[in-house]
Amino acid sequence: MTQPAYAGCFHCGEPLPDHPRIGLVIDGREQRVCCLGCRAAAELICDAGLGDYYRFRTAAAPRPEPSADDVWATYDRPDVQAPLLGREGDAAVVNLLIEGLRCAACSWLIGERLGRLPGIVRASVNPATARAQVAFDPRRLGLAAVLRAIAALGYRPHVLGAADTLAVATRERRRALKRLAVAGFGMMQVMMIAVALYIGAVDGMDPVIREYLRIISLVVTTPVLVYAGQPFFAGAYAALRARHVGMDVPVALGIGLAFAASAWNTLVHSGDVYFDSVVMFIFLLLLGRYVEMVARHRAGSTAEALLRLVPATALRMAGAVRERVPVSALAAGDRVLVPVGECFPADGVLAGGATEADEALLTGESLPVAKAAGASVIAGALNCGAPVEVELTAVGQSTVLAGIVRLLERAQTERPRIARLADRAAAWFVGRVLIGAALVAVLWLIVDPSRAFEATLAVLVVTCPCALSLATPTAITAATATLARAGLLVTRPDALEELARADTVLFDKTGTLSLGRPRLERVAAFGISEEQALALAAALERGSAHPLAQAFETVAAAPAEDPSAHPGLGVEGRVGTVRYRIGTAAFVATLAGPRPAAAAESGVHLGSAGRWLARFEIGDALRPGAAGVVRELEALGLAPTIASGDHADAVAQAAGALGIHRWHARQLPADKLALLRRLRAGGAHVLAVGDGINDAPTLRAASVSLALGTGSELAQASADLVALRGELSTLPLAVRTARRTTAIIRQNLVWAAGYNLVALPLAAFGWVPPWLASVGMSASSLLVVLNALRLARRPRPLVPDPPRPIPVREARAT
Amino acid sequence: MSIIFVLIPLGLVLVGFALWAFFWAVGDGQFDDLESPGWSVLADERARPPDEAPR
Repeated sequence: MTQPAYAGCFHCGEPLPDHPRIGLVIDGREQRVCCLGCRAAAELICDAGLGDYYRFRTAAAPRPEPSADDVWATYDRPDVQAPLLGREGDAAVVNLLIEGLRCAACSWLIGERLGRLPGIVRASVNPATARAQVAFDPRRLGLAAVLRAIAALGYRPHVLGAADTLAVATRERRRALKRLAVAGFGMMQVMMIAVALYIGAVDGMDPVIREYLRIISLVVTTPVLVYAGQPFFAGAYAALRARHVGMDVPVALGIGLAFAASAWNTLVHSGDVYFDSVVMFIFLLLLGRYVEMVARHRAGSTAEALLRLVPATALRMAGAVRERVPVSALAAGDRVLVPVGECFPADGVLAGGATEADEALLTGESLPVAKAAGASVIAGALNCGAPVEVELTAVGQSTVLAGIVRLLERAQTERPRIARLADRAAAWFVGRVLIGAALVAVLWLIVDPSRAFEATLAVLVVTCPCALSLATPTAITAATATLARAGLLVTRPDALEELARADTVLFDKTGTLSLGRPRLERVAAFGISEEQALALAAALERGSAHPLAQAFETVAAAPAEDPSAHPGLGVEGRVGTVRYRIGTAAFVATLAGPRPAAAAESGVHLGSAGRWLARFEIGDALRPGAAGVVRELEALGLAPTIASGDHADAVAQAAGALGIHRWHARQLPADKLALLRRLRAGGAHVLAVGDGINDAPTLRAASVSLALGTGSELAQASADLVALRGELSTLPLAVRTARRTTAIIRQNLVWAAGYNLVALPLAAFGWVPPWLASVGMSASSLLVVLNALRLARRPRPLVPDPPRPIPVREARAT
Repeated sequence: MSIIFVLIPLGLVLVGFALWAFFWAVGDGQFDDLESPGWSVLADERARPPDEAPR
């Protein structure tokens, strides 16, 4: 039996809790899961006959969120779904972005599950882009049912609407692929003929056949130049119009001149041809750009998910009447009712009552923030205290969230520093080459006019900045591909250079070093059994949207009767005939009397009238393997530092467990930014590792940044590197690869520059015939490419890989 | 050697045909998802007993 299994939960792979043992029987074998949500998802998958999913998947499944109530129902309202649905004959078509889609088996699972719904016309799920397109018969099936089916499997669907921006990316990729194919096919033909021509040049060849082969080369090269080389000419034209000499200008000039000279020589039956160099150059450059584009698309598609933090509908209060309206219909000054467990639809101030808001995605605070009447709330934050009315101050594009998104978009479109440097260097180089070629032409015209054209052409060809311009992109492309295989996306090409230079790592704690989810660590029961205490706590917390309630999710219990949440304090409810309270020590003391010595001030307490029952210690568990990663980074010479928005106790504990000596607690985004500036002012190259929106400014201000993919999508959009599988373990690999990349870039540049320095005078003196110049140029380019390809080999890891699927040895009893 | 006056143009015609086929495949979306179709072949055989799972 080789069914893949995970060290942790059978479904989601997370560490198993010690306390309640939850399991289910699959294929006659008991499997343990971490929570009831995972059990429900696994049961659903196996009962539907889709158990194959567990055999074929290559990454663990997302952990299903406990669903409080049906949030999808509003998608069946005509005014909500009208702008979202496209039409395809009789069928309605919707584009979805699916959060948590991690591997091909996931997409198979979703496709199969949807295919079994009555009324589905077509469901195609693409694991590479995390998109799904679903066509369904609107008379037999509602949009809400589609979304519900996906959510039940543990994924989170986001409706993208009928017009998907992905279509633009798809068109771009298809065009690039066609260009690559034309260049590739053309290159094969022309190179084949070029071999014959080179041999003919040495051994002698019938002039008729020689002319014939050259004409064939011209015929094949022309479409390659016009069609596949078009982006270079377009880029060069755009650069010249903007009055600067970009990297495209030397490329366009090189291939343009080499082609023009070759075509002319072919037509006048004299001189040499360089068609092979032209097509090879075009193909290699296109290949590099294609790989870069695919990486960019993958990173960019997640940015769109950010705006989905805002709910689709909101409850608007018109006097005493409430009505559910699409968020787009809201205006500043409106009053909306935000139930517990829903996100605030827009920025506003609390009109009355008090609640707690989980702003973890925006501020990094791992615990909810208490909000009193008059306090401001921001769109996208989760209301987890009590239902409140909010008077809106800013909607849509004027919210804080939209502002952050805009900032990130601008940061992304800015040209990276190294690209501007490369452009300037190329401009300088091309300028000198043109002046040099003109000088050579003039001198030869004086000395020996018959050899002027040949010598000038040799100078132009030999100094074509092919090797020079290939040196950096090929190395970066090869490194990018290697890292992508390991689950790491490089979203900015010069990130690797900065990463190689990094000497300090600044970690965020919540969600980065830790899992970002409360876990029960210790139970101290007073006078009752631990199991009883847990069952009572779970009953009280069931249905509570408070993040700490998640710690009790793993315990099965019927919800308590008439529960009431007290924001910032805890929950009160009735189990059987007894009233219980769970929450802060002060909150429980008002029911249970003075606090006994055994119950410490901190932690979550449980009590009934006149009696203290238990104390729970709840912590944020560290990511498995985090300590190993920290040690490995230290071995690589990077000094780890923690900057967290969390309180000092939690940060100190995490730092102690990881062996990190430098840490800063209670850091607001502005504090983190100041810390970063201080570090950088001290000469440090800082690598920032984070996961949330609050990290966005920090990530941007750092020398180089890495975001963990399971966190907020926003951070991914702004980070230079994205760990798609949310694993920290790829970080040391990235640092090692980056260092090898810069070493290889340096070798390539030294080689290309040295080659040009030697070849240029030789060509200028007329000692290099153009055909040899073209061989030299091709060989030099080839050497650079082959050297860069060494990066495609995965470097040997210092520590063994993290636990991937391991064979099942035992079936543990529950 | 005059045979190359026929063979090379013939080769170019074949290349043109291959390109046309490739363009059609790209336009048809065959290169948009290179992962899941491979898996779906394995997954559809649901009649197989679980003990004969692929290695």
